[in-house]
Amino acid sequence: MLEQTETISRQGGASWFFRGVLATVSVPLLILVSAFVGFAGLAHEAGLTMAETVYMTGIVWALPAQVVLVGCVLSGSSLAATAFAVGLSSIRLMPMVMALTPELRGRSTRKWTLFLLSHFVAVTSWVLAAERLPDVPRERRAVFYAGMGSTLVLVNMVVVVIVYLAAPHLPSGVSAGLFLLTPIYFITSLWGSARESATHYAMLLGVAFGPIFHVVAPGFDLLGAGFVGGFGGYALYRLFRRKAAA
Amino acid sequence: MNFSSIDAWWWPFLFILIAGWAVTDCWRYLGVVFGGRLGEDSEVLVVVRAVATALVAGVVGNLIFFPTGALATTPVAIRVVAVAAGFAAYLALGRKIIIGIVAAEAVFAILLLATG
Repeated sequence: MLEQTETISRQGGASWFFRGVLATVSVPLLILVSAFVGFAGLAHEAGLTMAETVYMTGIVWALPAQVVLVGCVLSGSSLAATAFAVGLSSIRLMPMVMALTPELRGRSTRKWTLFLLSHFVAVTSWVLAAERLPDVPRERRAVFYAGMGSTLVLVNMVVVVIVYLAAPHLPSGVSAGLFLLTPIYFITSLWGSARESATHYAMLLGVAFGPIFHVVAPGFDLLGAGFVGGFGGYALYRLFRRKAAA
Repeated sequence: MNFSSIDAWWWPFLFILIAGWAVTDCWRYLGVVFGGRLGEDSEVLVVVRAVATALVAGVVGNLIFFPTGALATTPVAIRVVAVAAGFAAYLALGRKIIIGIVAAEAVFAILLLATG
């Protein structure tokens, strides 16, 4: 009897995993794929091999971190400076995981399951999860998210392979258009995901200070843009908020 | 010591492991540890989000003004106008990322063809 119940719940698990896989078919996936097409083009251009880029996509799985990492490779940054810049760009994952963890956790969910699942947390899977998890029974949420997260990672690893195979055969106008995907994707998605105006100011300042530091202090350009843009954006946010309150 | 300083097949993979995976997943794991304890609207997190955004925006600015490869052969004015048009379309037409992407690429293609 007990064995029978276990079989049923395991079947339930597989079916919820598959529902998670299906839930990825969406407009956000289409946008994410186009962003990864742009990223793969960028990495290809920066001289990374297909294996390195597929590997990076699987183990880092955060497009901003990957773009910063490739940016650092391009500007010849040291290992320590690169780790610092990429680490800074990934801090924002912590509050996202913090917000998602209580949603994912069921009564019987083990801690290590949550650690494994946290690897899948990035903007797209987070948005999709926030949208779909409320309709999933609590005890099935971990397995549902495992299906959703692993599918997103695998699909985009395949996308990287396809871009690398196609890249040498593309006319130069088409590959130029491909490289334009990354800037426009991030400008719109960063703007849209901002919770407060500090992030908007930081984005505008960062776009301006990246190229300025690129000329003035190459190798330090991304960290410089991050700090000046970030703290500058926060200062402007405080300034305008005080004015509004006064 | 940078990405290309050690000429061995494993070095880029180790570099990505340290400067990519370790410094990214550690924040995810801390998120599990602190899950649900720190408020989403704490002031520290406002600064964190701003710095992270400016960092990525810095890459974006460099990609527009100092690109490599095929994009580098296009005039800087066309790149700036295309991205600005995409952003304007995004803001004006309901803040859909897909609209921004399509508008930017369309303007970029038209300007490239028009200038030959």
